[in-house]
Amino acid sequence: MADRKALQAEMISGHSGASPGLGMQRDLEVCKLVDTTTCIGCKACEVACAEWNDMPFTPTTFDNTYQTMPETRWNFWNLIKFNEHQNPDGTIQWLMRKDQCMHCADPGCLAACPADGAIVKYANGIVDFNQENCIGCEFCVSGCPFEIPRFNPMTKKVYKCTLCSDRVGEGLEPACIKACPTGCLKFGSKDDMKYIAEERAKQLRDNFGWQNAGVYDPQSVGGTHVIYVLHDATDPERYSLPKNPTIPWSYTVWKWLFKPVLGTFALFGFLGVIAHYITSGPRVAQPEPPEKEGPDAGINV
Amino acid sequence: MTNGWIDIKNTDMMLIMGGNPAENHPCGFKWAIEAKIHRNAKTIVVDPRLTRTAANADMYVQIRAGADIAFLGGVIKYAIENNRIAKDYLVNYTNAAFIIKDGFSLPEDGLFSGFDAEKKVYDKKTWNYEEGGDLAGKPVVATPADKPTPPLAPGATPPAPALPPNIAFDLSLQHPRCVYQLLKKQYERYTPEMVERITGIPQDQFLKAADLFTSVRKDGDMKKVATIIYAVGWTQHSFGTQIIRTAAMLQLLLGNVGRAGGGVNALRGHSNIQGATDMAGIFDILPGYLKMPNPTDVDLAAYLKRTTPLVAKPDPWESFNYWSNTSKFAVSLLKAFYGPAATKENDFAFNYLPKIDRNYSWVNIWNDMYEGKVKGLFAFGMNGVMIGPDSNKNIDALKKADWLVVCEIYPDETSEFWRAPGITAEDQKKINTTVYRLPGAGFAEKDGTFVNSARWLQWKNIALPPPGQARLDQEILATIFLKVRELYKKEGGKFPDPVLNATFAYTNPHNPLLAEVAREINGKALADITDPKTNITIKAGQQLPGFAWLKDDGTTISGNWLYCGSWTEAGAMMQRRGTDDPSGLGIYPNWGWSWPANRRVLYNRASCDMEGKPWDPSRRQVWWDDAKQSWVGVDVPDFKVDSAPKDHMGPFIMNPDGIGRLFVPLSGMQDGPFPEFYEPIESPLANLLHPKQSNNPVVKKYKTDMDKYAKTGDTEFNIICTTYRLTEHYHYWTKNNPMNVELVPEPFVEVPAELADRMGIRGGEKVKVTSARAYYIAKAMVTRRIRPMKIDGKETFQIGIPIHWGFRGIVEDEGKTAKTLANQLTPTVIDPNAFTPEFKGFLVKIEKV
Amino acid sequence: MEFSRRTFLKGTVLGGAGFSALGFDLTPVYAQTQSLKISRASETRSTCPYCAVSCGIIIYTLGDKAKNAIPQVVHVEGDPDHPINRGTLCPKGSSLQQDILNDRRLLKPQVRRPGATEWEDISWDQAYTEIAQRVKKTRDDTFVETDAQGRTVNRCEGMAFTGGCTDTNEFNYLAVKSMRSLGVCYLENQARV
Repeated sequence: MADRKALQAEMISGHSGASPGLGMQRDLEVCKLVDTTTCIGCKACEVACAEWNDMPFTPTTFDNTYQTMPETRWNFWNLIKFNEHQNPDGTIQWLMRKDQCMHCADPGCLAACPADGAIVKYANGIVDFNQENCIGCEFCVSGCPFEIPRFNPMTKKVYKCTLCSDRVGEGLEPACIKACPTGCLKFGSKDDMKYIAEERAKQLRDNFGWQNAGVYDPQSVGGTHVIYVLHDATDPERYSLPKNPTIPWSYTVWKWLFKPVLGTFALFGFLGVIAHYITSGPRVAQPEPPEKEGPDAGINV
Repeated sequence: MTNGWIDIKNTDMMLIMGGNPAENHPCGFKWAIEAKIHRNAKTIVVDPRLTRTAANADMYVQIRAGADIAFLGGVIKYAIENNRIAKDYLVNYTNAAFIIKDGFSLPEDGLFSGFDAEKKVYDKKTWNYEEGGDLAGKPVVATPADKPTPPLAPGATPPAPALPPNIAFDLSLQHPRCVYQLLKKQYERYTPEMVERITGIPQDQFLKAADLFTSVRKDGDMKKVATIIYAVGWTQHSFGTQIIRTAAMLQLLLGNVGRAGGGVNALRGHSNIQGATDMAGIFDILPGYLKMPNPTDVDLAAYLKRTTPLVAKPDPWESFNYWSNTSKFAVSLLKAFYGPAATKENDFAFNYLPKIDRNYSWVNIWNDMYEGKVKGLFAFGMNGVMIGPDSNKNIDALKKADWLVVCEIYPDETSEFWRAPGITAEDQKKINTTVYRLPGAGFAEKDGTFVNSARWLQWKNIALPPPGQARLDQEILATIFLKVRELYKKEGGKFPDPVLNATFAYTNPHNPLLAEVAREINGKALADITDPKTNITIKAGQQLPGFAWLKDDGTTISGNWLYCGSWTEAGAMMQRRGTDDPSGLGIYPNWGWSWPANRRVLYNRASCDMEGKPWDPSRRQVWWDDAKQSWVGVDVPDFKVDSAPKDHMGPFIMNPDGIGRLFVPLSGMQDGPFPEFYEPIESPLANLLHPKQSNNPVVKKYKTDMDKYAKTGDTEFNIICTTYRLTEHYHYWTKNNPMNVELVPEPFVEVPAELADRMGIRGGEKVKVTSARAYYIAKAMVTRRIRPMKIDGKETFQIGIPIHWGFRGIVEDEGKTAKTLANQLTPTVIDPNAFTPEFKGFLVKIEKV
Repeated sequence: MEFSRRTFLKGTVLGGAGFSALGFDLTPVYAQTQSLKISRASETRSTCPYCAVSCGIIIYTLGDKAKNAIPQVVHVEGDPDHPINRGTLCPKGSSLQQDILNDRRLLKPQVRRPGATEWEDISWDQAYTEIAQRVKKTRDDTFVETDAQGRTVNRCEGMAFTGGCTDTNEFNYLAVKSMRSLGVCYLENQARV
């Protein structure tokens, strides 16, 4: 119950001024640690997430991979990404990485969101969506550098991992953490997780021959509340992680300039989108699985 | 497992082979991860595929399916040649120093001495120890010829050869016929070059793996410990038991058995197959591993004489020979089965038990049903059509049965064999089998005990009642049995005595409370019994505290002596939930109850040196306390507690010779006292060690018209195929679970990218895999995780098929699959020792659909 | 009072900080309505029925277990006290709720008669009676009291019993006792394969 006072709002989307009650307790930032070097890709976290959140089942199709589906869905917030990586010596590394909301310290989704109270960032670092207030504009989708928020066309709302804020608020660990059989998922304060992650990376360098082992905690988004230990931190793309995730500047700018005088937020949001469109062009579709042609036909990635 | 799940955290080195624990035992695999993180333990994975376990290994070696003995034999050779062996352990705790009879010969031509080519069995009389004391430094003495045996009465069975009571030995291990020298010679042929040719593992990789694994015994240092972890990738071969023996021998050579973080550890794939084995759910044993009677056992005395081993050891040593108590276990079992009807006068109803003298194992049920001999079948939660091997044969066998009773929780392929794909309505009209499908209870609706792979008995509780009209399995079974009893009472019939007299004295005999049954299994005193040493008395009617209390005079009952101690007067030991682990070794002595006698690591006396001091004091389990003149420790000593180290009692107390057996004498194994590499029944090449004896010589092919096998080096079927489970699914059960189906929705075949290229197969396209028996259709998963191999220099491909899909299930019922079964492909052939079918390493061809 | 995130937020702030947070403006803006779904549930300790690791599980049910009420399973999670799995579960164990509450479950006894192309319903009593008659007939037809050499064998080779991987010790014991008493030799289990 280390973080009983974990759920204290720090930032609220579309909300001007300081958050009420902030600073009344010591801050304790929570963090999820994913050690990809001890992840066995068992998908217990996928199931625990779907079960705890009572997600409806959706049919999937086998597509030449162990990966459950190509990307997370509005009703599937936690996805292990499988990558077959060929080393220069010809050996194969089968990499598994849990993909989910990173709970950024500087959340692009929240920056982009024009709806009052649809996205909350708690003082403990959890970034949570409140669908009651979501207006379905999907700005958060384009604001996220990790391609995480997912739109549900039936409810016209956007969904993503809540870091089990309901459980965390009761002093329980998130469902994925609880389930993880190998303990490659850990949950605790950001400081503790950073320490454990760095120690593990050091152990990998010193005792297991992974010279480039390191921790992924991208500072370009102010650090994240989900951090990774990687065998090779110099090449996060190998794990389908962006090297330098950034929030589109259009979102940060409009918020900076206009949010304090909010009221006609929808308009500004719209302006933000236009600005984003002008600077970044139309929203690019998520990466597709590689073309199944040529000599590498059908290789699972 | 000799050790346990949590104990894996105590290891320094893991060889994971023939098993895929990260996928099939994820929560147990956490302890392998713990060892990595807290001890910097290394993992070597040897597997035909780069599995999710291999993905986490420090070293992954791809092996040809079925070539395991060649690999392990090569490691044994490496360990011996590089002095990576535990010398004191070897000399004192194994039979390395024992001398083998003259006339025994090694299988340089593929056959050990004594082979009867016509009957395809061995005469094992030369597979025995020599008699005669210490032969160290003495010249090789000629063995006295076997004493002439008096002529036998017609029809009488000759007495089985026995171990000599006074075994000849040479503690210097120099005698040319001592086990160590023979072992060295046996694996001399398993050179790195030969290993490469057979297994497909390049020599440099093999040597790296052998060096890494045996590095725990560098310069003979005994501190470090290595474990070997396996599963059905080893058992499911026509030489499966011998693979496990090779591993056990390697562990004995390295002195890793009995130690925390060591041992030979079977993962076991199902929640209670350890319990089912203990409880003799298999044809050849009775509960507690008592042997089944055979027709030569004309009475109880004859049975006990045949099945109770006599001490056989070097004279200066001691042997506990715990099986000398067989009579107590057997009589207590008969009393539990037949109660008052089992009396001293009627040999405790010994003749109520069937006497067997042939193989009634799994494959033979189906074979003999196919041949019309087996008329009826009960399947309680056992989906025989899916399990195979050769599912089509099993389906055709069921067509010939009169009746089938299936107790299940989901609609399964066995109960619906009569409408399997390909059987038309017209065909169905010709199938005369009556099938009863009874809805049983799911796990959450039943209580009772499971035994995990670490031998822990754990009770589970009822969360809710069965749905609809479904009933508890024990109610269904008991009611059927008692109805049959009623019929015998009313109508009489063949030998009704055991049917009438089997005890069902439960509060509600038609629906026995499992707690009552569990108490019966533990056993109780029928009369006041007193231990003369301690003067403690157990009163008539009281639960027994342990199997040391069992008697062979009919004053005790116990349904399974191994579980005696699990439900005592103090309560249900298997319900205990003590979370204390004072030693930090993960023993948890007060959680559940572990057989035997709540011991967590078997053979733990071997964790100490000759003086009774732990090889590694930082992982001490038991030790000799000189002041107390007793073995003490954090685990229950697996030993005679007052046997001082100077007595030199062997730590392997269940063997009459008291030692770990590098060489298995006499009838212990059907196919050789040492493991020898043989090719799978279906193999792309002849055995490189002895091409004329390619397969296991005692293995027989089946002979019905359904039994077809690919030829050695078959040009049509030239791809090696293996089968397995996925972490997302459980056998033929979770295909009914929408969550698991979402994770992996469809059947697939894993195909090496190079083979796929050659065949023009792309990932996700449908392929047809055909064996000599049937075909299987699923999508291709094209991967680089299975590489082409060079077997004897020739490019060879392996493919893999997960077993989970059939013709009833969520996606099957939606028509999304071809409704073929992986086990339609597999051959009917079994291991001669454990009778497990050869599901791994058979031959197929693959085509685009 | 509605037990919502809002109330527990308040509660935890108060409890955790140990001082009054009156005037704490918890507007509905960030008070979501997700409540902890297991907070009122009963816990039943069980063992996962899949592999042999024997993970301890907790089955959460609603309903007070009164005689006339059927408990409703709302969640299944690992038992944190269990020394082996320490509360963790694999993807199969984590989805056990879907096994317990599954609309594919068999709910009534059925029989497939010789030559039939469909199942028909049968009462339990009728099923038991017919099965017992068949067992007795098969036993009487195929029972061997002595073998060719005149030795007592007392065995029934006409029927077989196969037990599953999730049968408990106690069930297996009853099966061995009853089947061996019928003289059954073909007695096998998932343990073999």
